Amino acid sequence: MAGKRHMPMTGPKPKDAGKTFKRLLDYVFDKYLFHCILVVICILISVFANVQGTLFTKTLIDAYILPMLGSENPDFTPLAHAIFRVALFYAIGALCTWIYNRIMIEVSQGSLCKLRKEMFTHMESLPIKYFDTHPHGDIMSLYTNDVDTLRQMISQSLPQCISSGITVVTVLIQMFILSVPLTVLTLFMVVVVTISTMILGGKSGKFFAAQQRDIGALNGYIEEMMEGQKVVKVFCREDKSIAEFHDKNEQLFDSAYNANRFANVLGPVNAQLGNVSYVLCAVVGGFLALHAVGGFTLGALASFLTFNKSFNMPISQVSQQFNSIVMAMAGAQRIFAMLDEAPEVDEGYVTLVNAKKEGDTLVECKERTGLWAWKHYHKAEGVTEYVPLQGDVVFDGVDFGYTDEKMVLHDVKLFATPGQKIAFVGTTGAGKTTITNLINRFYDIQDGKIRYDGININKIKKADLRRSLGIVLQDTHLFTDTVMENIRYGRLDATDEEVIAAAKLAGADSFIRLLPDGYETRIAGDGASLSQGQKQLLSIARAAVADPPVLILDEATSSIDTRTEQIVQKGMDSLMKGRTTFVIAHRLSTVRNSDCIMVLEQGRIIERGSHEELIEQKGRYYQLYTGNKVG
Amino acid sequence: MLKTILSQVKEYKGVAILTPVCMIVEVIMEMIIPLLMAYIIDEGVMKGNQQAIIRVGGVMLIIALIGLIAGMLGGKYGALASSGLAKNLRNAMYENIQTYSFANLDKYSTAGLVTRLTTDVNNVQMAFQMFLRMCMRAPSSLIIAMVMAFSISAKLASVYLYVVIALSIFLALIIRKAMGYFQEVFQKYDDLNASVQENVSAIRVVKAYVREERENKKFSAAAEHVYKLFIRAEKMVVLNMPMMQVAVYTCMLLISWLGAKMIVVSELTTGELMSLIAYCMNILMSLMILSMIFVMMTMSAASAKRIAEVINEKSTLVSPADGKTEVRDGSIAFEHVSFEYNEGKPVLSDINVTIQAGETVGILGGTGSAKTSFVNLIPRLYDVAQGTVKVGGVDVRAYDLDTLRSEVSVVLQKNVLFSGTIYDNLRWGDENATEEMCRQACRLACADEFISKMPDGYHTQITQGGSNVSGGQKQRLCIARALLKKPKILILDDSTSAVDTATEAKIRQAFATEIPNTTKLIIAQRISSIQHADHIIVLEDGKINGYGTHDELLASNEIYREIFEAQTNGAGDFDEKEAL
Repeated sequence: MAGKRHMPMTGPKPKDAGKTFKRLLDYVFDKYLFHCILVVICILISVFANVQGTLFTKTLIDAYILPMLGSENPDFTPLAHAIFRVALFYAIGALCTWIYNRIMIEVSQGSLCKLRKEMFTHMESLPIKYFDTHPHGDIMSLYTNDVDTLRQMISQSLPQCISSGITVVTVLIQMFILSVPLTVLTLFMVVVVTISTMILGGKSGKFFAAQQRDIGALNGYIEEMMEGQKVVKVFCREDKSIAEFHDKNEQLFDSAYNANRFANVLGPVNAQLGNVSYVLCAVVGGFLALHAVGGFTLGALASFLTFNKSFNMPISQVSQQFNSIVMAMAGAQRIFAMLDEAPEVDEGYVTLVNAKKEGDTLVECKERTGLWAWKHYHKAEGVTEYVPLQGDVVFDGVDFGYTDEKMVLHDVKLFATPGQKIAFVGTTGAGKTTITNLINRFYDIQDGKIRYDGININKIKKADLRRSLGIVLQDTHLFTDTVMENIRYGRLDATDEEVIAAAKLAGADSFIRLLPDGYETRIAGDGASLSQGQKQLLSIARAAVADPPVLILDEATSSIDTRTEQIVQKGMDSLMKGRTTFVIAHRLSTVRNSDCIMVLEQGRIIERGSHEELIEQKGRYYQLYTGNKVG
Repeated sequence: MLKTILSQVKEYKGVAILTPVCMIVEVIMEMIIPLLMAYIIDEGVMKGNQQAIIRVGGVMLIIALIGLIAGMLGGKYGALASSGLAKNLRNAMYENIQTYSFANLDKYSTAGLVTRLTTDVNNVQMAFQMFLRMCMRAPSSLIIAMVMAFSISAKLASVYLYVVIALSIFLALIIRKAMGYFQEVFQKYDDLNASVQENVSAIRVVKAYVREERENKKFSAAAEHVYKLFIRAEKMVVLNMPMMQVAVYTCMLLISWLGAKMIVVSELTTGELMSLIAYCMNILMSLMILSMIFVMMTMSAASAKRIAEVINEKSTLVSPADGKTEVRDGSIAFEHVSFEYNEGKPVLSDINVTIQAGETVGILGGTGSAKTSFVNLIPRLYDVAQGTVKVGGVDVRAYDLDTLRSEVSVVLQKNVLFSGTIYDNLRWGDENATEEMCRQACRLACADEFISKMPDGYHTQITQGGSNVSGGQKQRLCIARALLKKPKILILDDSTSAVDTATEAKIRQAFATEIPNTTKLIIAQRISSIQHADHIIVLEDGKINGYGTHDELLASNEIYREIFEAQTNGAGDFDEKEAL
């Protein structure tokens, strides 16, 4: 899969958007309140300096140029002083502009960094269920699309809106001081601009939604066809798929054209209405200055006209930011929804500790002894008991369903004494993998009990429980790192020698040595350069280095061909020696020598026993094994 | 690269040219307004001429209106041209991808192709629109404003010239520096997201080994690093705004000072001074926009390059111009065939084998023994490096590709179903197949049984990638789909690995009785799948290690015997018998 999914871009409801916005601000202020206050102050100063500069045009004309016009011997000193004063204002203004922009980077990038870390940490704490019920593409899109739109909003839209807001207010006040009638005229034009923006915005919104929908449809089609491109070729469907593509592409073109057309027209409409406003003010202001109505001067007109421009600009800027704010809110909402997911709960208090034998009793110790014990504190009696870690697993009447409505396992009973090999066979969907998901508490059971060394696993700290289980999954996953580090993932303090020994045990050593850099070969893209079988060997080695008392092998050798498997088998046998092992496999050779084989069907164990016993029974196992129906 | 992209503008060339023209008209109108402003003040207000104020005001309104119309048309044409280009780029890529051979496809990853068709096209579309609307507008705004300013007073306007030169040098420096930083940031940013992706898909491993803490630390370090790089890059960019302000302010003050002096000695009027100040903003804003266009173009250049790559990729395998359109029969012959994916690394070497029409041939071998490569040569999914592959006695390279592939039906190892009903999927094999024909094919492939049990039967919707059917069901649907082609040669590339032994035997039986004249090639891991074949080929390291019947090979071939013993000694598979 391409891993990119396209979320419906419907914006949040206004009320929710307000809530989300507040939460986002709280999030930013939490760490950067002081910064934000500083930013607002700097914006204020910068806007103020700018306004002072604009007002200077008035003073320049009225107080300096016009009086000097008549004089025989004009004195430029006062003007020089005035210009120097304004220059100072400007310098401070520019400095403040730089400061607030500079702080804003810190605020936006810092908040995003914090948000990313928080998202990741929280994600790691979520139960497996979250990952099983949410498409991975959607989760990824939180980090890519949604965080990106937030970045745009925090670093661009937000300061823009603040500074626009401040500009609008200060400029408005100055305009009122200069001339009330002209201000009213300007405001009237702003209303016209707002109305036209809303009309156009509403129209373009409809087309943008259509565009988003068509993009989704086209991208879905592209993903599917690129994935199946080889099948397309084998069936000579090229022409047909081109025709289908054309249809969808044409539709996207239509909606994209319309959406962009309205968005593009918005700019000129705002700009030209701004010009109209400018012209109207010039004409009316010209009359006022001519007749000196209310002491309105030529200099005042010059200043007012500049204000008129700087009043219209922020308004149209804010209206253009509107779309990106709505999109960012939708993204923020999805991010917060993830952050609000309840993390995996762990009420376990039994911990796994290093132990040593002193006489007949186990004693906790700091150093690694190779001997482990469960530290079990009995609250009722107030005593601490040390139970040796052995790998004794018991299922007692376990019922389980991924949802409460649909049970997957019914009344599963089984026990595995230390060192035993238990195999599960059965059809797809019979519940084999589900059982292994329960032992390490990826999922919690609805009814019944699972005991590990006699302790109910609900009482064991999850981290310690999982540390005592080694697991090799059907879908192998490797990390971007060296081969050495990927194996060491099983036990972080393993030495290089231990890692190599584990690789030898798993039968992976020989192919690793043939890789370009041997154990130091870097793996990228989930091991794209390795075959499925090689990846499985590496994950077996990873489990081997962890050296746990209980092993779970879920179709661990399914992609290894029969001959290689024979090599691996030896390693697997020595790996399984002395460990309780749960094996899921469809290959007989893997299953045959198990101590006990469980045949699962529709969530129930229908047969159990050794290979010979089950063959003797001539039941389901016999049927699966021989491929013959039993009459 | 640019040529490839621009050649796709095609029918939108007209509007693509009209867009900048409209934008220039808009700019000219916008530029005239400050000029008329000066006139209103000097001729109207200063001289107390009401008539002049009204007359010139009217002209200004008309000019604003023309500007509005030009701006709207420019916006419309710009949208049309850029969406049109995007459409044509997607079409060109998609159409070319359809001509790709397997070797071409191997070069690109699926995700890579999807990104090129979606994100990259989007980037280019945005950049193109920006370019059309701004490329003429910004410079002409700059030039016109300059000219106007010079026409008012060359002495004062030269101030702008100096400031503009200084500012452009400064912007260029910032951009150059920032671009390098940004490229580094985005690289690291991609890595960061890749590590999230890795964690999402490998979450079971992370949790099973209790490595949440370690992953958190790793991610935190990477996130901090990205944070620092972002700050470094943006630190450069934020110099733009204050620098811009400094430039504007410097101009204003210099103009005010010099202008005042000139007005006093009557070299300049007050109205002209105000016009000059108004042009100041125009000039510097245009410069800013110009730098933005430059940044955007550079950013989208990478996307454009990747798109051009897909469009310009030549298929390594083309159907001959007058290829044969008939395949005589299903016989196959390999004559001294060698094959390699990468030059110098042969995967198959000197393969010689003849298969009669109607025969069933099993192919066995370990991982990497080139079984798939072997069969892929028959429908000419790849071309041989040396030797010839013949189907029906004719070199496969002499056939029309469609003809050859219709007669040679492969069920791929990595197979895909598409969203649509089961009928839709089956009809990939034969568009005109009747419902009865579809059912017949499914009966042969032992798929009829489970399909009939589905609530909507053959009208059941398959979800994208076929995720709502099990592995075994999917394989049987794919076999049925291939059967509908009524091919002369049927190749099953490990296509029953998830089907249980009993069902597989039934399919084999059906093949033998229902399509006896079709040549059948079966790749399998299980000896039981192929032991009844007429002949079995044992492949090892790209060479034929053994050829013969089951009994012959058991007697003579070591590898075959080894595999047989391994499998009977605890043999067989409990494959997924469907839970229905």
